[in-house]
Amino acid sequence: MAIKDLPREECYLPGSAACPGCPATMAMRIVFKAIGKKMVMIVPACCTAVIESIHPKTSFNIPTMNIAFEAAAAGASGVEAGLRKQGREDITVVAWAGDGGTYDIGIQALSGALERNTNFIYICYNNQIYSNTGIQRSGATPYAAWTTTTVRGKTEFRKEMGEIIQAHHIPYAAQACVAYPEDLYKKVKKAKSIKGPKYIEIMAPCPPGWRFGMEKTVEMGTMAVETGAWALYEYENEKVTFNGKSKLILDGKIERKSIEDWIKYQGRFRHLFIPKKDVKRLKEIEEHVDKIWERYRACYL
Amino acid sequence: MKKYDVRTTISYPTKGAMGKTGNWRVFTPILDKKKCVKCLRCWIYCPEATVIRNKDDTVDIDYEYCKGCGICADVCKVKAIVMERVGEKE
Amino acid sequence: MTSVMIDTGNYIAAKAAVMCKPDVVAAYPITPQTTLVEGIANYVGTGEFKGEYICVESEHSAMAACIGASSTGVRTFTGTSSHGLLLMHEMLHWAALARLPVIMCNINRVIGPGWNIWTDENDSISQRDTGWLQFYCSSNQEIFDTVIQAFKLGEHEKVSLPVMISYNAFILSHTSMPVYVPDQKDVDNFVKKRIPKWKLEVENPITFGNIILPHEYELVRKEMQEAQENALKLIPEIAKEWKKKFGRFHGDLLEFYKCEGAEYILLSMGAIGAESKVAIDNLQKEGYKIGLARVRVIRPFPIEEIVKLGKKADLIVIDRNISVGMEGALFSEVKSSLYGKTDAKVHGFIAGLGGKDVTFGDIETMCKKAMKGKTKDHQVWYGLEEV
Repeated sequence: MAIKDLPREECYLPGSAACPGCPATMAMRIVFKAIGKKMVMIVPACCTAVIESIHPKTSFNIPTMNIAFEAAAAGASGVEAGLRKQGREDITVVAWAGDGGTYDIGIQALSGALERNTNFIYICYNNQIYSNTGIQRSGATPYAAWTTTTVRGKTEFRKEMGEIIQAHHIPYAAQACVAYPEDLYKKVKKAKSIKGPKYIEIMAPCPPGWRFGMEKTVEMGTMAVETGAWALYEYENEKVTFNGKSKLILDGKIERKSIEDWIKYQGRFRHLFIPKKDVKRLKEIEEHVDKIWERYRACYL
Repeated sequence: MKKYDVRTTISYPTKGAMGKTGNWRVFTPILDKKKCVKCLRCWIYCPEATVIRNKDDTVDIDYEYCKGCGICADVCKVKAIVMERVGEKE
Repeated sequence: MTSVMIDTGNYIAAKAAVMCKPDVVAAYPITPQTTLVEGIANYVGTGEFKGEYICVESEHSAMAACIGASSTGVRTFTGTSSHGLLLMHEMLHWAALARLPVIMCNINRVIGPGWNIWTDENDSISQRDTGWLQFYCSSNQEIFDTVIQAFKLGEHEKVSLPVMISYNAFILSHTSMPVYVPDQKDVDNFVKKRIPKWKLEVENPITFGNIILPHEYELVRKEMQEAQENALKLIPEIAKEWKKKFGRFHGDLLEFYKCEGAEYILLSMGAIGAESKVAIDNLQKEGYKIGLARVRVIRPFPIEEIVKLGKKADLIVIDRNISVGMEGALFSEVKSSLYGKTDAKVHGFIAGLGGKDVTFGDIETMCKKAMKGKTKDHQVWYGLEEV
């Protein structure tokens, strides 16, 4: 599949409240293209609730329900049941949440909806911070990253949400990245075709949150994958299949790039380089990623 | 579009819901159509849906709403788009 | 044909809810509401309930799921109690601000710590400001009739707000009483199909609940207030229609009991309201000129009716709740209703917190103390302070 094969149809209307260079709208456009107009979206508190723009206008051309921060998956269960009761199983129910609403405050409702087999797609656009509230630490924030609540860098490593999701043994889950739109498109398309709960997480580098130039969103996404900080894979029928560059890394066909190549462009890691290189923490980050890939190889190769 | 007769937070799809966001721009993408190879990277990566994909897969830029992030220029492999500071050429 | 069902308040509520054919029920068990949701689950098993029953993982999710379902235009029902209701708090506001008529039974139970599953009304009283209509019942028949009326009321085009039907833990939830159950088709005729004020539909892709500016928001609140005021008129109309069709009447905003010629009116709610009738009988036998106005609805608050009472009698209020730092909620609201309109004295008691039993004897003692002028301006903690 090439970019030209992606549908022309747009459900996102230009002129929204999104920041320039926003990875969320970038991802959303692909998701809309993959699902089409027969979808209903449930959005908890997150950047998207702002991106929608101000009442009585909205920048989304699909039915969208805002719901409380921790309630996206539960709200989606209700919407799905309501539509099914009216014979509208042709409509795809999508919960669209950030990493705060997914990893942290919303994890209970998400786990519940996965366990009770709600027929929906839960999409987490992961920018590794609470960006909507102004860049605070989340369970997805990587080790050593600056946020307004981790001023000297986060002292813990991030959660492995993908593994938590897999523990629910749902029919389909995937990790994608805004830098790989065809891959994301294919994954959403596949999720749409499968009945039951589906989970897709999209790496979404956030220019103001990560402190990089707004033109670098795609590059930061590419580098996240090439350095192994993020992995592209699908989980289907209990089996994990890596794809794209992540598969080459897993298979040992290419070396993953040094994490340093990725984080040195991000102001949130500046304290690791200035005034002098924090060799200890850089090594810890590198070793942590190595450890993750060792586990990936042990489990999925 | 049906309007609902109840006062709660119901909003209707509108292009330019936040106004003409083109005036947010500090840098403006300038497209050189002669260099364009129709790869459509600028179109798919544009976060604002302001790179317009034409029928023949050439592109145009919707300057009314383009926020000037510069992603289109950054992802263009043939440098058909360059960013120029607003007002530099006017 | 009408049949008689002898069962507990919870099973009666389940029966009433299922007869209204909700499309989606989402609920999480909590003592003493458990048998209500088990009752509905049982109707799923028997096939009598044909809606979707979502077993959620918390009360917060129960209300979120009801809101999600209701926003697609279908009928929804749930039930909870105490801490479950408190966990829903955020979503209670959400349902009301979204103008979604979710119907819910709340079994009035004490709030911890320490753990206590008996009854008092602090759980629902603390949710007064969420925009929900609130009913308090005093018998299983009233629970049955009120649940059905609540669907009609909440879904009414002039209301479109969620409705909470509260009744006391164990005293009603787990006590069997005979209840008249009408024919399904008569219920169908009484509660028509819901016509939603708005809904999520792909043919009309609105966004619900995005950012709203101050002026617009204030207008949303004002229309909610107007909807509650509409309910003040509709509750008596619906109660009257119910009486005409089914022959039963439990009062509308209030239930008046032997108020003719009364110099004192007792105001109480829920099970204490039922017990109050015995107390009134006994007090009248002793020659006291006292009647009862059992408060059935506290949202919308029946201000006009309270003023009418205050114009002809002094009032005695029993609260099974306390707004700590102030006083019982009913006491406060009755006084604020009367302000500047009558010179009626209002005597207040706090009684029955933590599930403490309140017998008709206790109620008689409270009324006598009030009538003898022994209560001062403050509300008296019955049994805890000498008056």
